[in-house]
Amino acid sequence: MTPAIRIAGVTKRFRSLQALAGIDLEVSQGEFFGLLGPNGAGKTTLISSLAGLSRPDSGTLEVMGHDVVRDYRAARLALGVVPQELVFDPFFSVREILRLQSGYFGLKHNDDWIDEILDNLDLTPKANANMRMLSGGMKRRVLVAQALVHRPPVIVLDEPTAGVDVELRQGLWQFIRKLNQDGHTIVLTTHYLEEAETLCGRIAMLKTGRIVALDTTANLLKRFSSHALRVTLAARVALPPMLAAKVTKEEGEVLEFGFERFDEVADILAGLKSAGGSIADMALGTPDMEQVFVGIMNQN
Amino acid sequence: MEGFKTLLYKECLRFWKVGFQTVLSPVLNAVLYLLIFGHVLKDHVEPYPGVSYTAFLVPGLVMMTVLQNAFANSSSSLIQSKITGNIVFVLLPPISYREFYSAYVIASVLRGAACGLGVLLVSLPFVSFRIAEPAWIVAFTLLGGAFLGSLGVIAGIWAEKFDQLAAFQNFLIMPLTMLSGVFYSIHSLPAFWQGVSHFNPFFFMIDGFRYGFFGVADVSPWTSIAVVSACFAVLAVVTLKMLERGYKLRG
Repeated sequence: MTPAIRIAGVTKRFRSLQALAGIDLEVSQGEFFGLLGPNGAGKTTLISSLAGLSRPDSGTLEVMGHDVVRDYRAARLALGVVPQELVFDPFFSVREILRLQSGYFGLKHNDDWIDEILDNLDLTPKANANMRMLSGGMKRRVLVAQALVHRPPVIVLDEPTAGVDVELRQGLWQFIRKLNQDGHTIVLTTHYLEEAETLCGRIAMLKTGRIVALDTTANLLKRFSSHALRVTLAARVALPPMLAAKVTKEEGEVLEFGFERFDEVADILAGLKSAGGSIADMALGTPDMEQVFVGIMNQN
Repeated sequence: MEGFKTLLYKECLRFWKVGFQTVLSPVLNAVLYLLIFGHVLKDHVEPYPGVSYTAFLVPGLVMMTVLQNAFANSSSSLIQSKITGNIVFVLLPPISYREFYSAYVIASVLRGAACGLGVLLVSLPFVSFRIAEPAWIVAFTLLGGAFLGSLGVIAGIWAEKFDQLAAFQNFLIMPLTMLSGVFYSIHSLPAFWQGVSHFNPFFFMIDGFRYGFFGVADVSPWTSIAVVSACFAVLAVVTLKMLERGYKLRG
């Protein structure tokens, strides 16, 4: 099957800054894909190149098999982009904006679909309000609606939940999940790592214009993060070497042990008891994307 | 094609929604010029035999309004979209650079023509004349409007802040239109300045446009149309090349 996105050897330099230093990436149709990285890693430049907003110095990008330069019309028809910046046109109402955006994509009578999007994004009561009258969260929803007017098979969301309240965030993800279940490919960039962990099946991590990790979310969690047992001792004790080797973090009386299997917990507790340690408090931690992210960024 | 039509519609709707600023204000400005200059000079100057100064002034003011507003339309729309960031909404869809160019330039011509028509209609109570050759009026409105609309696209894309656009408008467009024979026949100028005027394409736009009203002008309308067409062709090629390369739009 044609990949939803194929990126091969893409480089881009802005004066002295190498924004993209040779990106190769394929995203399959129907995936929920995460693109993570610190600020300045090249995520937005990569998305801009895919959307035709920026021209790479070398390499090729395809959306649903269509080259974004040579076959730009088909590529852009297949792509919906929610930009990172909260931009809007102050001259028009929400419905006017969505009708215009439909027209730009060659769609004349699109009101049924526009109504459906408005309904799904809880924008129906604001359909005839001027864009200037909307709150930041509402404007963000209109940006999502604009990206969907032409029913693109591939949807790219560049930090769509930055500065958005919890309720809207949950509503937005519910809608995006539904689109993904309906077969749309979703590519997401976000700084909220727990969002990426929950939503994305596969994740690429970028640093200084390079992909430094690319795997399924489950594999990344397995490879770069482990379960943790966090124990607060009543007083410090000397640990036997077997137990000391499992300590991943140490802050005064608080010790953190890493483990793979849950039956190791009993061994750790037994080891502590035989070393004379008295446990004042205890908590179990699960692997999380933040650990993975920090681990990978520090490695590279 | 639908994308082009929608962009053209949006550009027209944009200026129409703020019609006080984009159409009525320029009309009022031009009428004030007409009242003041017409009143002061009507008994002193007769530019062409049988043509009063006020009658002479009207076509000049109409064309000046067409040109200035055609420039203002594309340039202000583009710089506003760039600065607010909403330019992405027309860069993301499958609209070609030629469609992009055509939509902005045609909308500019329409705004220029709407303003020019407004000036002409409001002037009618003050002057009476018959229109000698309307085809020239239409031709110069379209070509002059397209020339300035194109220049507006260049300025709107080049300028990174409103101050730069204001400089473009006030130090280039305004002097070239004011010194193009709107208020005088270049035959009233010393020989040197007559020669200089022939390097100003705006002079040919105004002069050719005026020929359409009176059937008489400072130079042949064929010369004017040739100069204006050549200037427009060069400018159109430059603008299209800029857009094709994505200059300052697709970095």
